[in-house]
Amino acid sequence: MRIIIIGCGKVGRTLAQQLSEENHDIVIVDTNSKKLQEFNEEVDAICVAGNGASISVLEEAGIDVADVLIAVTGSDELNLLCCLVARKVSQCRTIARVRNPVYQKDINFIKESMGISMIINPEYTTAKEIAMLLRFPSAIQIDTFAGGSVQIVKFKLLPEFGMSGQPMYKLADRLPKVLICAVERDEMIAIPRGDFVLQDNDLVSIVAAQEDCQRFFRDLGLSTRPVKNALIVGGGTLGYYLAQQLGESKIDVRIVERDRSRCELLCETLPAVSVINGDGSDRKILLQSGFLSAQAIVSLTPIDEENIFLAQFAKDRTKAKLVTKVNRLAFDSIIQKLDIGSVVYPKYITADNILQYVRAMQNEVGGSVQTLCHILDNRAEALEFSVKPDSLVANMTLAQLSRRLKKDLLVCSINHNGNVIIPKGQDSIQPGDTVIIVTTQKGLQDINDILAR
Amino acid sequence: MNYSIIRYIVGMTLILEGALMALSCIVAVIYGEPAFWALAVTVLACVVLGLLLRGKRPVNRVFFTREGFVAVALSWLAISVMGAVPFVLSGAIPDPVQALFEAVSGFTTTGASILSEVEPLPKSILFWRSFTHWIGGMGVLVFLLTLLPMSGGFHMSLMKAESPGPSVSRLVPKVQTTAKILYCIYVGMTVIEVCLLLLGRMPLFDALTLSFGTAGTGGFGVRNDSIASYSVYHQVVITIFMILFGVNFNAYFFILFHRAAAAFKMEEVRAYLGIILAAILIVTFNVWHYGLFGSLSKAFQQAAFQVASIITTTGYSTVDFNLWPEMSRTMLVMIMFIGACSGSTGGGIKVSRIVILFKTIRKEIWTYIHPDGVTKVRVDGKSVDHEVVRATNVFFAAYFAVFSISVLLLSIDNLDAVTNFTAVAATLNNIGPGLSLVGPSTNYSVYSSRSLLVMIFDMLAGRLELFPLLVLLARNTWKNF
Repeated sequence: MRIIIIGCGKVGRTLAQQLSEENHDIVIVDTNSKKLQEFNEEVDAICVAGNGASISVLEEAGIDVADVLIAVTGSDELNLLCCLVARKVSQCRTIARVRNPVYQKDINFIKESMGISMIINPEYTTAKEIAMLLRFPSAIQIDTFAGGSVQIVKFKLLPEFGMSGQPMYKLADRLPKVLICAVERDEMIAIPRGDFVLQDNDLVSIVAAQEDCQRFFRDLGLSTRPVKNALIVGGGTLGYYLAQQLGESKIDVRIVERDRSRCELLCETLPAVSVINGDGSDRKILLQSGFLSAQAIVSLTPIDEENIFLAQFAKDRTKAKLVTKVNRLAFDSIIQKLDIGSVVYPKYITADNILQYVRAMQNEVGGSVQTLCHILDNRAEALEFSVKPDSLVANMTLAQLSRRLKKDLLVCSINHNGNVIIPKGQDSIQPGDTVIIVTTQKGLQDINDILAR
Repeated sequence: MNYSIIRYIVGMTLILEGALMALSCIVAVIYGEPAFWALAVTVLACVVLGLLLRGKRPVNRVFFTREGFVAVALSWLAISVMGAVPFVLSGAIPDPVQALFEAVSGFTTTGASILSEVEPLPKSILFWRSFTHWIGGMGVLVFLLTLLPMSGGFHMSLMKAESPGPSVSRLVPKVQTTAKILYCIYVGMTVIEVCLLLLGRMPLFDALTLSFGTAGTGGFGVRNDSIASYSVYHQVVITIFMILFGVNFNAYFFILFHRAAAAFKMEEVRAYLGIILAAILIVTFNVWHYGLFGSLSKAFQQAAFQVASIITTTGYSTVDFNLWPEMSRTMLVMIMFIGACSGSTGGGIKVSRIVILFKTIRKEIWTYIHPDGVTKVRVDGKSVDHEVVRATNVFFAAYFAVFSISVLLLSIDNLDAVTNFTAVAATLNNIGPGLSLVGPSTNYSVYSSRSLLVMIFDMLAGRLELFPLLVLLARNTWKNF
């Protein structure tokens, strides 16, 4: 497909890189030609300098043959205008990033009246992701597939689980209906086979149906209940959305925010939340706000370093569930090593959501990827494919299939008419099923690509 | 610096060269020539050496402009050395330096030769000699790009290093697809030329080799008198195709994809055709005035051939223009420097750079008149990035530095100044014949091996537009930090 991306910021770049690797034709538009120049050397894409809302610039970018236009500039209004103009001059689908909470209420109205296919609000989406983690605090990361019925959950392997030091085939009895699909250890990521030996402190990802997952964690002796209270440091837009969503799940929320007038606004709009005006990096303020007894501490200040320090401090002093927001993507591999619990990257979340939409679109025209998520900073992917009757893998049993699979690739789950199966050798893939594949191989486009050639 | 990926690219390039050289082996089999063994051994050597160098696919994928430039420069050196081996082994050119000169001259599409007689050479060796033009014309790494599936900045860095012109443009978002489209146009036009030449009853072998020479804007002929003894029809066909291959290939892309208007609006193409027309008219009247050709039409046809051959940096000849009146000779030397369009297969400074340079001069004059005025250099109605203008000026400076040092080095051989000047002009601009002792009826064997090495450098520097070779020689390139 031909995709026009307007805005060469972090999200724009991540999208362009990913989509270009997936063999789409990318045109990227930005007013800053210097930025484009740098970008041109990194990514296989045409760069057009200019304002994406102008028709002549869009024409130069080839709007007449484009399938999708993604507007991710820094300004909501410009993004919406780009989409509006694009809709008027062509038939392409449009995706806009809109983050101002004022528009959030009317988002469906805007979407429909302007004919925009998807509006993404990064803060809102990130808040949803964090809320999910707080409802299931034992997990470091949760990704859902098949409309939520299948989950990939990441957790840290602790000595008390008694799972380390043994090859995986010996653990099979302890893991009914659960499959270990990826293991991260230091710099390495493994798609484990039967003889793989787990170690303490490995980050293990499992695939299971939602209820099996809960049971698995209960068996390990981990809590599967939501946290009772949460301390949010930083009351920006993301903090606002999060407090709102946690409030709906009856979680006791406290927000520490530096800016007085912002505090007053939060207090007005979120009556159930206790708001504290103070600097989140001030020890006294933190301790006074019940830092030590909080079950979850979420650091959402605008400064990455402050968030990371705060999380380190909390890790040292408390047993709370930690969630840290990081904006900058350049050093994510180092942050992974810090062991500060869950780290959320709003930029990746935004990009992943848009990618999912684009993939679903391609699905309509013949591709078969339904959902995709990154397990470890882009090094491994979990993909959900739909199986068509003419597919090469249709009606094959897993035992037959496993001999022909590519390396580092695992068939994790089969969704057969709504029943989630964690497949064993005699299970087979039927047309109409959806399957989840976890792999470190990049660029799988179709279920047939899982076979080695 | 990422050595492993450079090694990988050079290895792949050698394997590709081996595959392409295998075609010449087939020619040797058809004509039953003993040169087959020389070619076959080289093909084998290319493949083995290539496989050794290539090794495993490198894990380290770091690839920046520096790696791109070094990889391209080293690949060109490697294919030139291997390309020279058949000349030595078959005994066609026993001296290794002369053989290397001939091979570099082939790949860089120069067409300068040290051979006085080409007709006694084996057909397969002649075929290889002309085929190197065709490979070098569009670029061997661009060809590699169409085959290698790599992602990210990799493609762009290679393309930037090998494609001529001040800035590389993508025809479509993917560089790989761009490379494929370019090669399709290239192959298509070559096939059309072969067909047209065959229509005029030219033997297939001549039609192929001459088309390779035209397509790559090279200039190696298969007869001692270059093109002179072919019919007027053939000469006209070759004239037209030389001019066509000197046009920016983006124009053909526009025409193919139904945007012909955009093709004719390209300022560079207009300037290119304008210069050609003006030069042809001046030379025609000059030679006609001195009565070299009986009729005006004959003078026009000959002038057109020579002008097209020189400005596109092909270097075929139908007459000894060394004997032409002074004004025509000077005109031809001037258009040597201008060269063809960027994004074509031709060499020289490139019309787009000349256009930018003249516009910069005009801008400078304007700022003298309006000291506080703000103005921009515009090409095709768009203001040219300051970076491109700067790069063009620097290119010009580097070009004349290389040029004058080369002339100085050649003068050690104690030949006359016109010979030295035009020899460097003809090699640095990838043309072939110069004037005086290196004119169309003479050859480069007058020079010593040392001077030939200087010109080998010039040809490579000219084809790769100086900087890849200069980067290769810079000490900082090889420092780890």
